[in-house]
Amino acid sequence: MEMSQYLEVFIEESKEHLQACNQLLLDLEKNPTDLKIVNDIFRSAHTLKGMSATMGYEDLASLTHQMENVLDAIRNQKIIVDTNVLDVVFQSVDDLEAMVESIANGGDGKRDVSNVVTKLKMIEDGESPVQVDQTAATLEELKPSSGASQPNVLYDDYEMTIIMQSKELGYEAYEMTITLREDCLLKAARVFMIFEVLEKNGEIVKAMPSTVQLEEEDFDQSFAVTMITNENIDMIKGQVLKVSEVESVMISTVQNQGSSSSSDSEWDEPQLPDELKTLSGPAISEKDNDAKPVKPQNNKTIRVNIERLDILMNLFEELVIDRGRLAQISQDMDNQELQETVEHMSRISSDLQNIILNMRMVPVETVFNRFPRMVRQLARDLNKKVDLEIIGAETELDRTVIDEIGDPLVHLLRNALDHGIETPEERRLNGKPEAGTVVLKAFHSGNHVFIEIEDDGSGINKDNVLRKAMKKGIINEHEMINLSEQEIYQLIFSSGFSTADRISDVSGRGVGLDVVKSTIESLGGSVSIDSQEGKGSIFSIQLPLTLSIISAMLVEIQSEKYAIPLSSIIETAIVKKADVMHTHNQQVIDFRGKVVPLLYLKDIFEIETSYPEDDNVLSVVIVRKGEKMAGIVVNSFIGQQEIVLKSLGDYLANVFAISGATILGDGQVALILDCNALIK
Amino acid sequence: MVETITDHIKLIVFQLKDKEYAIAVNEVLSIEKVDHITRVPGTSKYVKGVINLRGIVVPIIDLRSRFEIDEAVYTENTRVIIAAINEIQVGLIVDSANDVIDIAGDALEPSPEVIGTEVADYIKAVAKINSRLLILIDLEKVLAASEES
Repeated sequence: MEMSQYLEVFIEESKEHLQACNQLLLDLEKNPTDLKIVNDIFRSAHTLKGMSATMGYEDLASLTHQMENVLDAIRNQKIIVDTNVLDVVFQSVDDLEAMVESIANGGDGKRDVSNVVTKLKMIEDGESPVQVDQTAATLEELKPSSGASQPNVLYDDYEMTIIMQSKELGYEAYEMTITLREDCLLKAARVFMIFEVLEKNGEIVKAMPSTVQLEEEDFDQSFAVTMITNENIDMIKGQVLKVSEVESVMISTVQNQGSSSSSDSEWDEPQLPDELKTLSGPAISEKDNDAKPVKPQNNKTIRVNIERLDILMNLFEELVIDRGRLAQISQDMDNQELQETVEHMSRISSDLQNIILNMRMVPVETVFNRFPRMVRQLARDLNKKVDLEIIGAETELDRTVIDEIGDPLVHLLRNALDHGIETPEERRLNGKPEAGTVVLKAFHSGNHVFIEIEDDGSGINKDNVLRKAMKKGIINEHEMINLSEQEIYQLIFSSGFSTADRISDVSGRGVGLDVVKSTIESLGGSVSIDSQEGKGSIFSIQLPLTLSIISAMLVEIQSEKYAIPLSSIIETAIVKKADVMHTHNQQVIDFRGKVVPLLYLKDIFEIETSYPEDDNVLSVVIVRKGEKMAGIVVNSFIGQQEIVLKSLGDYLANVFAISGATILGDGQVALILDCNALIK
Repeated sequence: MVETITDHIKLIVFQLKDKEYAIAVNEVLSIEKVDHITRVPGTSKYVKGVINLRGIVVPIIDLRSRFEIDEAVYTENTRVIIAAINEIQVGLIVDSANDVIDIAGDALEPSPEVIGTEVADYIKAVAKINSRLLILIDLEKVLAASEES
């Protein structure tokens, strides 16, 4: 097929566009009035349509086309975004994903989408799609803010009161969506000018984003203002359009939100004229907490083969080694000019290094951002209430790890929802809030990135696990007795193991968790479980940072040099031998009020004594692994240096407490300590 | 293994104590002088550590120690034979390496049952050329056995 050479690009880009759609739709659900988001979705969908039509995938193109129609209607404010509309759009994105997936797997990308197409058509025609989802209620409770969001801008009771009262007095409230030209440079200035025009003609009740954000230019091209006036709105519109660099002004009248009828009695209280006076001025209504600025999505990117990045990285590593060598030479030569040049080069190359490294690093967000969507759906399918909390989505990981980590995480999340979180009834009986919480957390620690999935569900029943493991023949009775808690939990990862009492389609077919474990291990990571029955479980994944250049502290122990990654180091200290205490055959020191065990590398690594050591003081590097700390005793600190992480190769895989090697300025090899292995 | 050896093969000849050994030239990348070796703690006794070979970290095996011959102090003649097999690169420390020879494939004989005693495991074949006896080592076995220990 002549198109085949483009197929890979097509699939890659389609996936990216669909991912963008998913993310944006979720944003839209939170911010139903933000037309900017709709525009972005539209753009992605449009590109997708064009690409799939070119590639000859008609089904894909026609569904995208239908979706595009709906989006277009939303964009032109013919359709109001609500949960039902979003559900159908989500569903079509799902279908699109499935089609792209089928193409990626060599299929023809065909799929019966008539159902979705019909629904989309109905929305487009302004009808409400026939909802067979009894579970819609679950969603409503999941995202209360997104339900019933008829008006474009959400007002709090106070603002609504003012609007209602003004209406009673013959004023009219308008929502104006003002778009500035894309090339507008002084957005804040334009906003100020627009506000001045508006305030001459009436009172501004609310701005979205808030005025503070507007003043800080913390918005894209457009913003919305609600004003109360008795002037002719077309005249005001004309005046606003006269302000330079205003591209368009869209106006609609504010509808009664109606839902606040319960607060009817309060409406009489605030007297309008006074209220309006106090509200005037630029600092209006900063209380709109829901006005989240939309991140600009239009980053320009190019596609680079990861292999080329690897080559670039390798070349740069060579450069770093030579840089170290040059620095050493210039120090020995003690030539001012040479030293300055070398220093300058060092600075430039470290900037270069940051850029190259960052090119390979991707925030886990790219993996995480599909989870809210998935959890939302899953919770509905399972009739459970689940809040997903994502922490540390900005944590960056090497691209290669990112590519692999998605599936295991999906599995663990499903597992948490299906087996961890109980049904709302059970939760109520156990005195827990009905909605379960799943926390997905990513963070750096030492040389590793940790990703934790924590649920506040039922936890793991050890006896159940043991019984199941026995039944499935994974362990026998003798083995069972000596198992530690951790070992019991690890049984869950054995192949052919399933603890769920009933089998659902979400998880619990007994395939998967073993795959999760093997995938993570193949990435050089590990997975552990911590659980408290009745309270919940934490699945913790530890992944190596496959950074190839790291900052490290070089230390000397007798005649051997070792590098300790700076990321593990808290600080260095000189400790008097007299201050060392002994507990349970372990030497400890008091470090800032904490008891820190001392590790003598000389003994651990059986380093030969080639010169006598200082009797009175110890040089200690305080390192940490998560919360735990240890003091590594060395002979001297050489200094901090950027080092290139090199593998010891397959032949020397799994050397205790050594994570790799590096080449120093003098051409010698120094080993890199793995502090995580040293701290138990 | 003898079947796989055809016609003429090139061997690199090296010495360990008083015997001559050989390794197929296609398994050898280069021969280096002994430079600074960084010890790697917690490895087998015969793994002397790692060296920097033009930017690549290569583990070093002392063949004397590997073959359980008493170790010797490294001299001017001591060489590191950089060999590679199955994507694994290692340096082999030998007393000296100074000869490359061509031999006919049929000059190789399977290793006799008893030749020395300890070394037998790592012998692929022996070659007798005139009065010289060359022991062709089996690199794969030299490397593989270490994983068990």
